[in-house]
Amino acid sequence: MIDLHGYGPRLLEGAGVTLQLALLSLLLAVVLGLITAVAKMSRSWIAHRTATLYTTVIRGVPDLVLMMLLFFGGQIGVNMITDWLYYQFDIDIFININEFVAGVVTIGLIFGAYMGETFRGAFMAVDNGQIEAGKAYGMSSSLVFRRIRFPQMMRHALPGLSNNWMVLLKTTALVSVIGLADMVRVASEASKATREPFLFMMVVALIYLLIASVSEWLFARLQKRYSIGYGEED
Amino acid sequence: MAATPIPLEVRHIKKRFGDTEVLKGLSLQAHKGDVITLIGASGSGKSTFLRCMNLLEQPDEGDLIVHGEEIRFKTTRRGREPADWKQVVQMRAKLSMVFQSFNLWAHMTLLENIIEAPIHVLGKSKKEAIEHAHALLDRVGLTARADAYPAQMSGGQQQRGAIARALAMDPEVMLFDEPTSALDPELVGDVLKVMRDLAEEGRTMVVVTHEMSFARDVSSQVIYLHEGMVEEAGPPGEMIDNPQSPRLQQFLAPKY
Repeated sequence: MIDLHGYGPRLLEGAGVTLQLALLSLLLAVVLGLITAVAKMSRSWIAHRTATLYTTVIRGVPDLVLMMLLFFGGQIGVNMITDWLYYQFDIDIFININEFVAGVVTIGLIFGAYMGETFRGAFMAVDNGQIEAGKAYGMSSSLVFRRIRFPQMMRHALPGLSNNWMVLLKTTALVSVIGLADMVRVASEASKATREPFLFMMVVALIYLLIASVSEWLFARLQKRYSIGYGEED
Repeated sequence: MAATPIPLEVRHIKKRFGDTEVLKGLSLQAHKGDVITLIGASGSGKSTFLRCMNLLEQPDEGDLIVHGEEIRFKTTRRGREPADWKQVVQMRAKLSMVFQSFNLWAHMTLLENIIEAPIHVLGKSKKEAIEHAHALLDRVGLTARADAYPAQMSGGQQQRGAIARALAMDPEVMLFDEPTSALDPELVGDVLKVMRDLAEEGRTMVVVTHEMSFARDVSSQVIYLHEGMVEEAGPPGEMIDNPQSPRLQQFLAPKY
């Protein structure tokens, strides 16, 4: 058996952090992505411009830079607010930005922008006749969205969504730079202490690969579900 | 006896796309049991006119009165649009449309397609909606296809299914937008037969079609459109067998 020099449990914990971080970021990214897509398709000038600004900025700045900007910049911003509260109202509080929350917010924000584009393309791929049929039968826009546009959009969005998820999963490795004890951080500490970097990085790689394989299987099942009726289910 | 409201009335509908005026003030009254067919060459505006009746297209001018209720409009920067979308949604539930390309919802089985709007729009119970759906499927001859997805059905079956979906709404008026134009010739007959039955049972229908025999045999009124205007209108016997305007004579000529 491989000797992990007693780092096994911590590595496993780190893997748990990675997985939680990835899943929560995914949730945030999907929500932001849907909002962005709807905003970009809306007739409202402000919604459209705001969403475009968001995706342009996020997609144009490296993930690592964004993460440090949000984490350190966020702390500076929070400090400014608490200082102001102290001087103005004599309220003395100190808020420390939690690395985990910062990680989720940053990764969620980054991938929300990519998801937004994925969803927008997928919404536009839905045949207009399907939507018109909904309207013609007295469905409100929200009903049309829920019953027709969303389920039909998902079929087109899933390949892109699955791709984004894989990249997101690997991006979680970046949070080790802001001090979050994800499995990459644990492994790099263990490597330094034991001088066996290859061993620990290999283990980390295998765990990522395992999560990725399970995800692929899940996405394949989802794809099958949303392809019902299109003759692609087999 | 109090006068029952006219199911559908449109007055002086005008519509332009960019600089082209495609509808130049069209009116129509569909009384209960009327079957009105709109005929005309491609680009005459007949489909656009029909789509203005349930506001899938927004007319630039004109009134729309469904079952005695006038739809309110307002003018915004983008142009004229309904003042109250809730009113539009309620109005649309009284008219149901059958499309040229069927537009059955691809991610639902035929049965699910038929019960969708009755449950979510009319608020019927699932059980009631399913019972009604089975009766309608029987009527259009698709009992065996209830659990099929649209992609697994022929065009003719899809269109008959779409008619069942329209009937499930118990509509005041049924709008048909070239229902047989996308079908292979051998499948047209089944769809037309269903439509003839509907006309016979007294359904109020507005039909855009190229099927002259249907127009002649079934309709109570035929309207011939040319470049967004009514060129000739009247009972089918006079219109189709004895057209007055040279354009209509020419339009009908090659087919006989």
